[in-house]
Amino acid sequence: MMFIEWLLAFVQALLYVALAPLLVGWIRTLKARLQNRRGPSVLQSYRDLYKLFAKEARMAHSASLLFRAAPYIVFVATWLAAAAVPFVTTSLPTAAMADVIVIAGLLALARFFLALAAMDVGTAFGGMGASREMFVSALAEPAMLMAVFTLAMTAHSTNLASMMDYQLFNDPVLRPSYMFALAGLVLVAVAETGRIPIDNPATHLELTMIHEAMILEYSGRHLALMEWAAQLKLLLYGVLLANVFSPTGIATTTDPGALGLALVVVMFKLALLGVALAISETVLAKMRLFRAPAFLNLALLLTLLGLLSHVILEVGV
Amino acid sequence: MSLGELPFLQQLTLVLAAVVLFTSFALLEQARLVAAIHAFAWQGLLVAMVTAIVAASGGYPHLFFSAALTLGLKVLLIPWMLHRLVHRLQLDRHREPLRRPALITMAALALVIFSYWLVLPLVQQELLFTRNIVAVSLAVVLIGLLMMVIRAQAVVQVLGFMSIENGLFLAAVSATGGMPLVVELGVAFDVLVAMVLFGVFFFQISESIDSLDVDRLNSLTERAEEES
Amino acid sequence: MVISPLLLAGVAVALALLSALVSLFSARLPWLLRRVVTPLFTLAGLAALAAGLGTLIQGGVAVTQLPLGLPWLPWGVRLDALSGFFLCLIGVVSFAVGLYSPGYVRSFEKECGSLPALGGFSGLFLTGMLLVVLADDAFLFMVAWELMSLSSYFLVAFHHNQAANRRAAFLYLLMAHIGGLAILLGYGVLASFGDGFAFDAMRQADLSFGWASVAFVLAFVGFGMKAGLVPLHAWLPEAHPAAPSHISALMSGVMLKVAVYGFIRVVFDLIGQFHWQWSVAVLAIGSVSALMGILYALMQNDLKRLLAYSSVENIGIIFIALGLAMLFLSTGHPVVGSVAFVAALYHSINHAVFKSLLFMGAGAVLHTTHERDLEQMGGLLRRMPWTGLFFLVGCISIAALPPFNGFVSEWLTFQAALQAWQLDSGVLRSMVPIVAAVLAITGALAAACFVKVYGVAFLGQARSRHVRRARKVPFSMRLGQGVLALMCLLLGLLPTAFIDLLNAVPQQVLGHGLAQASAHGWLWLTPISAETASYGAPLVAIILVIALMLGLWLLGRGIRRVRRCDAWDCGFAPPTPAMQYTASAFAQPIRRVFGMLFHIDEGSEPQPDGRWRYYLNVRDRAWGLFYLPVAALVERASRQVVRLQSGNIRTYLGWTLATLLVLLWLTA
Repeated sequence: MMFIEWLLAFVQALLYVALAPLLVGWIRTLKARLQNRRGPSVLQSYRDLYKLFAKEARMAHSASLLFRAAPYIVFVATWLAAAAVPFVTTSLPTAAMADVIVIAGLLALARFFLALAAMDVGTAFGGMGASREMFVSALAEPAMLMAVFTLAMTAHSTNLASMMDYQLFNDPVLRPSYMFALAGLVLVAVAETGRIPIDNPATHLELTMIHEAMILEYSGRHLALMEWAAQLKLLLYGVLLANVFSPTGIATTTDPGALGLALVVVMFKLALLGVALAISETVLAKMRLFRAPAFLNLALLLTLLGLLSHVILEVGV
Repeated sequence: MSLGELPFLQQLTLVLAAVVLFTSFALLEQARLVAAIHAFAWQGLLVAMVTAIVAASGGYPHLFFSAALTLGLKVLLIPWMLHRLVHRLQLDRHREPLRRPALITMAALALVIFSYWLVLPLVQQELLFTRNIVAVSLAVVLIGLLMMVIRAQAVVQVLGFMSIENGLFLAAVSATGGMPLVVELGVAFDVLVAMVLFGVFFFQISESIDSLDVDRLNSLTERAEEES
Repeated sequence: MVISPLLLAGVAVALALLSALVSLFSARLPWLLRRVVTPLFTLAGLAALAAGLGTLIQGGVAVTQLPLGLPWLPWGVRLDALSGFFLCLIGVVSFAVGLYSPGYVRSFEKECGSLPALGGFSGLFLTGMLLVVLADDAFLFMVAWELMSLSSYFLVAFHHNQAANRRAAFLYLLMAHIGGLAILLGYGVLASFGDGFAFDAMRQADLSFGWASVAFVLAFVGFGMKAGLVPLHAWLPEAHPAAPSHISALMSGVMLKVAVYGFIRVVFDLIGQFHWQWSVAVLAIGSVSALMGILYALMQNDLKRLLAYSSVENIGIIFIALGLAMLFLSTGHPVVGSVAFVAALYHSINHAVFKSLLFMGAGAVLHTTHERDLEQMGGLLRRMPWTGLFFLVGCISIAALPPFNGFVSEWLTFQAALQAWQLDSGVLRSMVPIVAAVLAITGALAAACFVKVYGVAFLGQARSRHVRRARKVPFSMRLGQGVLALMCLLLGLLPTAFIDLLNAVPQQVLGHGLAQASAHGWLWLTPISAETASYGAPLVAIILVIALMLGLWLLGRGIRRVRRCDAWDCGFAPPTPAMQYTASAFAQPIRRVFGMLFHIDEGSEPQPDGRWRYYLNVRDRAWGLFYLPVAALVERASRQVVRLQSGNIRTYLGWTLATLLVLLWLTA
């Protein structure tokens, strides 16, 4: 039994890696359609990764060993964080290994090395990207933790699997705190994954870049790993939003039929989230950097209101 | 009794009440005048919905009338009047950014906790399921007052005043199933008259000091004259 | 023969004293300092560590009377689990500092002649700290406390040829004495109710809420001042950087923890009652300290000052955990209370380890480049790879990132805070999550802060000539850092083992341990229950390492050569060191958003040679808001007192007589 669960966890982790480029490709295709372009195929992001892996990696003269190690650390830390988010089943040993605070910690570890690698070569853009990334995350991370704490206060657990089980095995309830937490977490996800309006993944203007500025010096397989890690992070937040707030459909056992159904359901939810993201990115414009605090303060306010409404409205009714 | 045991409509009421609180924050921090008026209209709409749901689930038919009154007055008529006013005073693009948004947010959050603390004894009594909303409505009242303290723009101050009235109304609905109809009519009429008076005052202020910044009225004190 | 832990502790004190004694001769024989004094110091640390571990493993309490002290008030020492834990903490860091210092003090042999002062006061400093932890009565405690304060004052004033250092040392002395006074008064309250200055008598004291609150406030002020809680922290960023780096490591790493020990001893053990009002005060002050500490740290460009400010932050986190412990204990949730208590202890030892490590790293940089200013550094990782690696470990740990140690204690604190749903009072229930939010912001800002430190100092390219010439530091310095870096890793990887060890402390002090913490084996840390939260630290680390190896093997294939080229930098000219992002530029967004919390003086001015110079001064608002008004008040009061000074000796004698009469009347 134990063995099957770990095997399932491993398969699930591989699913994350395999599906991450698909989500990005899906969003890109949708955005292209919304902008009246034909756009590349949904599979284009796989081809990009393949191309990058095949290419030679080059490094600046001034780059140190940390610069070489960072892509691996960033990728592995993000992947491990993702592996702890229940994707198709909640009976997941990795979810017990790393609760939601550890997931936030692993994402922070990845970010830490990403920012350090950006500063390693000693270019102005790298430092700028690192500074902005740490600035945005300093405001976004607490909002994320607050959002999941709201859920944890209800479910009395910080394990994502237990949170989902709590919702699955109790009657569906309309909770104001969940709505606030969801809204806050959506904003955080947008900020943390470098999407519009905080950062623009398709930008070509150096001065407005955040994530792109940090990986400016990478090439070849290193760049591929960095890109892939970013895609994984997007998928992670997508699954977090989709499964934590409406875990409907997710399997609670290792029964193959339930697992298959769960996969279909979660893919459908992710596709919907992709549509929402593509529409919002088409409608919105990128903010100035110093408008970002207002955006993230809103996220923090929402999550704090979530906590307060949990305390005020939901306890002792 | 836990939240899960409540009927769906009553859960919805709680959610709406929470969103009312959020609109209060939105109103507090909204820099653009027109957007603030919209936030106020949303708040009115939510209050009207809460009233209607309480009427439906609690069996207070006269609350339907109150809900309709709120809808007509605070969601449609007053925002429309304010819109027209703002347009005639050429304040459509007026922005008044907050100076210390984080501090003000924290103060408002503290007010929420404070009002919760104040109504705790009430919550412990076995009243209606809506008694938890009393804390929210008190917070709406206090945040409205805070808004009148920190904003200098006269129109925004009026919005703060109106949102205080929203809070009071919500408190009445949630604590005791609404005030007697006569009182409610009276209050509605008062609000309407106040709105008309405010409108007249805006024009007067705007003509005499060429701005709606109430801080300019400081110069009316005796001391200022002595100094100048 | 079994050596009792108490005897070992005695040996540690004796060795520390001996090292102080021997160093008196090092004015003549400078080599003594490196060959004899520091090894003695190291051994003292080792003995303290052994004593502490022995106590924690064996359990039980050892008490004895010293043949010293006053006739009616003999000095007693006592070694219980709490003392044992702090002995471990002191021991680990002093051991590493002892290993480190031979290399570091070598540079002093040529420069200045006050080697006896350095070695002697270091030994006395350690003696003082050990005795504070061992003391069993207020008298010995205060003597040891003052010994610790005074000897560290002389160490802060070691580079006394610079006026700024003298000023820092004086400020430190002043604050230490005000704090000492508060502690003394606190003991006075306890002693007057408990009939005697022995701790046992104080434990028996039956205090009313009012008097207990007075004692609590005095202890909080006194120990909080030593620990550097905002707003009493102003001396800390001045004094800690002024001392030689290995002493800074001791001061920030250990002495602040001794203050935490004092707080725990007095509030948790001696007063022994908890009230939620106190815990709210501790939580509020702790949160403010954590947030302000890290924000000010972010603004600093002096590496050692930055580290000192970050100590304020970490002390804030420890006090948040202590406040949570008090809150849950006062509301009748001993299990959660002991989780928070263990979190505080765990963070104490974590901070001791990584802050000392970072100060040693800063010392190594200072040693080889004579530079403390981040804006002049850069590219040090390639010039001093070992120090760079150890410093990186310190940075990851302090930024609370898994799988290192800082994360474990923050995780435990979060877990305790998330049990807020158990509280009955709705207001407290809504306030605790806000404290958790502060903790989360603090953690994220700490990560930003240490990305700045490491990125600017160790990565990129050297920004000045003397930094370009940096060399490896002596082996002893690397060894000292290596020991602590290893500790960071172990404390992060094996939290269950360490918490099992630590468990004796809450069991003895609070009467409740963490029964559940390792109930599911050493792999799983489950502080409350497995359903509530679990963290498999070794698993996370193992999977990280396996995946990394796999990745390197798959993609590196025997470390494929990577071709070097000029930096791309979007096709601009090859970057020069001056084009790098500076430390103040890195912090600029945060400076702008949190601007109102600082006293910022920023601008640019023309230079005589026609160029423009940008200047930026970020000062602590605590000075203007708190210290200067107090100073003005004191000055005004002194002006009133000056009137007494007539110059006539018989007037003075008259005052003396009057005072004597009043005192006699009062005591009659």
